[in-house]
Amino acid sequence: MTTLTKHPDPELSATGRSRKSRKSQKRGKPGAGFRGIGDLKIALLFIFPAMIGFVLFYLVPTIRGIYLSFTEYSILGDPEWIGVKNYQQIAKDPLFWNALGVTSEYVVINIVLQTVLALGLAILMHRVAKSTLIRGALLLPYLMANVIAALLWFWMLDYQIGIVNQFIEWVGLPRVAFFGSEQWAIPTQALINTWRHMGYTALLLFAGLQAIPNTVYEAASIDGSKAVSTFWRITLPLLRPVLALVLVVTVIGSFQVFDTVAVTTQGGPINATRVLQYYIYQRAFNEQDFGYGSALAVILFLILAIVAFIQMKFLRGNQSDLD
Amino acid sequence: MKKKVLGAVAAAAVATLALTACGSGGGSSADSAKGEISYWLWDSNQLPAYQQCADDFHKANPDITVKITQTGWDDYWGKITNGMASGTAPDVFTDHLSKFPDFIKTKQLVPLDDAVSTDKVDLTQYNDGLANLWVGQDGKRYGLPKDWDTVGLFYNKKMAADAGLSPAQMASLSWNPQDGGSYEKAIAHLTVDKNGKRGDEAGFDKNNVAVFGLGLPGSDAENAGQTQWSFLSATTGWSATDKTPWGSHFNYDDKRVQDTIAWWASLAQKGYMPKLETTVGANAPDAFGAGKAAINANGDWMIGQYKGYKGIDLGIAPTPTGVDGKNASMFNGLADSIWAGTKKKDASIKWVEYLGSSACQDVVASKAVVFPAIKTSTDKAAAAFAAKGIDVSAFTEHVKDKSTFLLPITDNAAKVAGIMKPAMDAVIAGKSPASSLTDANNQVNALFSK
Repeated sequence: MTTLTKHPDPELSATGRSRKSRKSQKRGKPGAGFRGIGDLKIALLFIFPAMIGFVLFYLVPTIRGIYLSFTEYSILGDPEWIGVKNYQQIAKDPLFWNALGVTSEYVVINIVLQTVLALGLAILMHRVAKSTLIRGALLLPYLMANVIAALLWFWMLDYQIGIVNQFIEWVGLPRVAFFGSEQWAIPTQALINTWRHMGYTALLLFAGLQAIPNTVYEAASIDGSKAVSTFWRITLPLLRPVLALVLVVTVIGSFQVFDTVAVTTQGGPINATRVLQYYIYQRAFNEQDFGYGSALAVILFLILAIVAFIQMKFLRGNQSDLD
Repeated sequence: MKKKVLGAVAAAAVATLALTACGSGGGSSADSAKGEISYWLWDSNQLPAYQQCADDFHKANPDITVKITQTGWDDYWGKITNGMASGTAPDVFTDHLSKFPDFIKTKQLVPLDDAVSTDKVDLTQYNDGLANLWVGQDGKRYGLPKDWDTVGLFYNKKMAADAGLSPAQMASLSWNPQDGGSYEKAIAHLTVDKNGKRGDEAGFDKNNVAVFGLGLPGSDAENAGQTQWSFLSATTGWSATDKTPWGSHFNYDDKRVQDTIAWWASLAQKGYMPKLETTVGANAPDAFGAGKAAINANGDWMIGQYKGYKGIDLGIAPTPTGVDGKNASMFNGLADSIWAGTKKKDASIKWVEYLGSSACQDVVASKAVVFPAIKTSTDKAAAAFAAKGIDVSAFTEHVKDKSTFLLPITDNAAKVAGIMKPAMDAVIAGKSPASSLTDANNQVNALFSK
């Protein structure tokens, strides 16, 4: 474009010589120019391995899951078509509504804390902590398997023998049943996951911060903008696309909380941590009701699709203000 | 050139196919009474005994090798079910009364009737009633009994002596749902707070308890109160289901069981038993081993673990006598079943018959871990326990006196547990009254009216 407008005589650009040079350029660097049928074949070849994985492990199970959600199926034996009966039962199932409630509680606590803390960490990494060692150390909890992190905290927060409760008692406060009491069980698990994921989220946001050109900040400081207002008026708006992506991914991730619950409270106390994924697992794998479990999974899928759509729409995640 | 390459590839492919065909041909030989069969169990304490059985079995039948896999109870059933669906379940596995109805319904077990009659397995050698537990509603037999279990009270002898309770007193406790009888008195007296005050003394601080009179492993709803409260509720004349085995109506709406549960839950409110919320993630036997509880009600399969705690002088008392003036215990037994998908049925039958014979059950008896199903082996196990200095009469007397009742054997066991556990937890945690079990009971019974 720029070369064309700068060209003194437009007609010259249409000369055979320039066309020829373009052609030779195409021959010289295959794939860099026009993408024709020949490239499509190569593209398909490269996509193929990923496609196999996608079809085998995502597409087929999704379609089969949707089919199973309209059946009664105990894994042993054949699925029996029962129409929308599973969905009708779910609408009346108090445990489903309970699961939706506790899952939402978990998501809200987890996302708010994680995003705020991660943003703070990202800014610190960007401005203060330039050392690779410190930046790397932030990622350490994320390197731990979810189950290990959960078990470690389960042990440290134990009512009887946990070091945290020993400390609380030493300070002179009554012991807290972090996993055992209904009001604490979900916040505790949300905090554990916040602890584990914070560094990773911070790293994503940090990458986003680095993409904001320094010239914008220079201009702001010349205009006399203070650090706080620079953050609200420049950093945050320009970080929005990355923030949107991070939020969509972390919200989807935390709606699917499972392993922490599975290795600690297993839905209890009473129904306080019976989150959606765990309830799906319980109905399908413990109680051999794969039809009902599939229907619950389809509902979770729809919820996530809607939530992700709303987030993208409102955060305008596909546009950047940098242009 | 190209053709040559193709030809070579084709030849190689044919050769590979031929080789693999040979390989698989050798594996599934016509005689299915040969080769390796897989056997699963969940209790690691029993693994050495059964490994010994497998080695002895291999000596007697050199053509058959048994490969034993032990998987903890929490993952055991999921793995078996998934294995059945994917064709990788074990040939033979330790089966549980609460699980086998679902396997029968989905035709996953091999009926053993023909084998029992051809090989003349003596079903009367087992303790009374054990063999017939494994007969399904279709009248077919799906397992040979391997052991049985009852429930008793494990207690800390030193704590009891300090509280002035003699072994004879501990062995003759009585209970009723109104004031808990001498069972509650003993529990209260054995409870000590941080200031050294006993649970039945004035000034007892129920919020700062050092030693609980009774330990709490959980609400025990999954197996109908097997180790925690069923031995009490049974003395009121209550039964979990309309008939056993194969009941189709549960009775948790009955005042008798609700009163029992209400009494039990009240112990936590009084400070005599840990609050449910403090036991999440905790292990009740270990708390007993650490001297944090004086009494633990538990099954005989736990003897080894309780005996193993260092510095604890272990006493074992029978369950308290109840409303009907007698004591009671749930009677449960395990069996070995054969998966219908096995490719080595004959070998599997041989192994199951060996497991159900006195040859193997005497080996199990000699290890003093559980009580084998065969009467003579049971006596040998009791002797083996006695040789270790453990008096197991609290468990065996239930079988001699026929003071046992059965674990409810019904369909939908996992779904029943899924409903009952949160409901029972809520009552034990003091969040809901015992009458709320009526609601859960209605949900449970709705499962059977479908």
